Amino acid sequence: MRKMKLLNIRLAQFKNYPQANFSFVGGINCFLGRNGIGKTNILDAIYYLAFTKSAFNAVDKDNILHEESFFSIKASFEIEEKAVEVLCAVRLGEKKMVRWAGKEYERLSEHIGKLPLVIIVPQDTDIVREASEMRRKFFDNLLCQLDQEYLKLLVNYNHLLKQRNALLKSFLEKSRFSAEQIAPYDELMIPLALNIAENRKALMEKFLPIFKAFYQDLSDGQEEVSINYDTRVNNSFENDFKAQHQKDFRQGRTTLGIHKDDYLFLSEGKAVKKFGSQGQQKSFVIALKLAQFDLLKTSKNQKPLLLLDDVFDKLDDKRIAYLLQMMADGRFGQIFLTDARPERSKEYLRNIDTDKKFFELDLKTQENV
Amino acid sequence: MEFSSKLIESAVTEFSKLPGIGKKTALRLVLHLLKQEEDFTTDIAQALTEMRQNIKYCKKCHNISDEDICNICTSHKRDNSIICLVEDTRDVLAIENTSQYNGLYHVLGGIISPIEGIGPEDLTLDSLMERVSSPDSEVNEIIFGLSPTMEGDTTAFYISKKVKQLGIKTSTIARGIPIGGELEYADEITLGRSIISRTAYE
Repeated sequence: MRKMKLLNIRLAQFKNYPQANFSFVGGINCFLGRNGIGKTNILDAIYYLAFTKSAFNAVDKDNILHEESFFSIKASFEIEEKAVEVLCAVRLGEKKMVRWAGKEYERLSEHIGKLPLVIIVPQDTDIVREASEMRRKFFDNLLCQLDQEYLKLLVNYNHLLKQRNALLKSFLEKSRFSAEQIAPYDELMIPLALNIAENRKALMEKFLPIFKAFYQDLSDGQEEVSINYDTRVNNSFENDFKAQHQKDFRQGRTTLGIHKDDYLFLSEGKAVKKFGSQGQQKSFVIALKLAQFDLLKTSKNQKPLLLLDDVFDKLDDKRIAYLLQMMADGRFGQIFLTDARPERSKEYLRNIDTDKKFFELDLKTQENV
Repeated sequence: MEFSSKLIESAVTEFSKLPGIGKKTALRLVLHLLKQEEDFTTDIAQALTEMRQNIKYCKKCHNISDEDICNICTSHKRDNSIICLVEDTRDVLAIENTSQYNGLYHVLGGIISPIEGIGPEDLTLDSLMERVSSPDSEVNEIIFGLSPTMEGDTTAFYISKKVKQLGIKTSTIARGIPIGGELEYADEITLGRSIISRTAYE
């Protein structure tokens, strides 16, 4: 299995950190300290290195320390015993810069998937509870890490979708539809949509058995769960898409396509979103994330970085015990976790036999470490 | 930036409206002008004013021209059966500089992009259609010399549908590996496309 380790990270003006350095161990790294001290921001910086964006705030200027004009995140990785420096820097009014071993990417998309990563955060229950967009995001994140070509398809599709929607809106304003003008978008989007749906379908075939196994484990195997990839992008899509023109025109946007796909989470055939208990929903989310971890691990032949934000507080004892057992069994690689209660984390992790490092954050950490 | 002179300030403000010119560069240019003879500035100002007032766009191809019809369109040496469609005048210059093309041009004046509010009616498409469908037109091929972007593709698609109805052949400039570039650094889409549309080796 390929080996990857994040050795250290240097933050400059990222979120609440004017300057900060952290050196990590290959096992479990715990960030401890009261709420608001900036624990999650360290996880976010690591997330940023993998995805060239924040897990929480898509607007880059909001990730710059108050009243400053840039931030940078510099990290040293050890990948297959070779040192690799990764740098992400954002300066107001300039193009975002990401460097891999000193070489700047022309397209940020080329970076995605190089540092496989799974993050578990309290907001994850949104994947089950909120609109379909959250579920598409979750599976797209996985697909993009697995396959850069998928990311390119998605970027192109979304770009054309924006143009097509802008065109439909202008039709609506003029109260006039032009089949001639919409045709180029149809012709370019249809093959992309079919290709993306094919990828999503294929992923689900691999993902589902892994997911089911984790869910059974987490819930003592008492219920039958499933995920249905729900799409209207199928054999008749080309005709359906074109037959939708009048509806698209009336609504001023594209009403059919992979941007409307959903994933139905089912327990005993019933929607978990509507009928699932809180416990079921949480188990669902954890099983999703663990399946994501496992699939990335096997596909990439390397253990992804695992970020755990506040899980000891938000999960119940049973699920915490399950995660700890997985840690003890060495099923994860390098872990970064946060906890507002230092003694709790130390107690939980006491019996886990791996390198551990505890970072007790206070106001001084923000100045320098 | 604080200036000791309102005159300097207003000159700097005007210069910095130009693309690629920031306040600092603008100031450098203004101070440079001040160091030269007065004629130097007058000549520049005059050249600019004349250019702006007298410039014409070719009535046929919409390229920038001094006459109603540009010297490419009037030339007897050019091949009247082929038109290369480009986004703007800069593209004409770029292709002319290759000395590899002897046909005519048609400058679209933009590219279709609904997000930016640019539709077919904002381009010189009507004039292109007139050009190629007139009884004395010799045009039998249109080359799309557009940038290989999503907008370039959708624009080419739109136009090709229109001109194909007239029985005119369409083609697009090849997309592939740049000369002097290394294969392993080419992105997969470009490389994939150059494999699919490979050319006979001669």
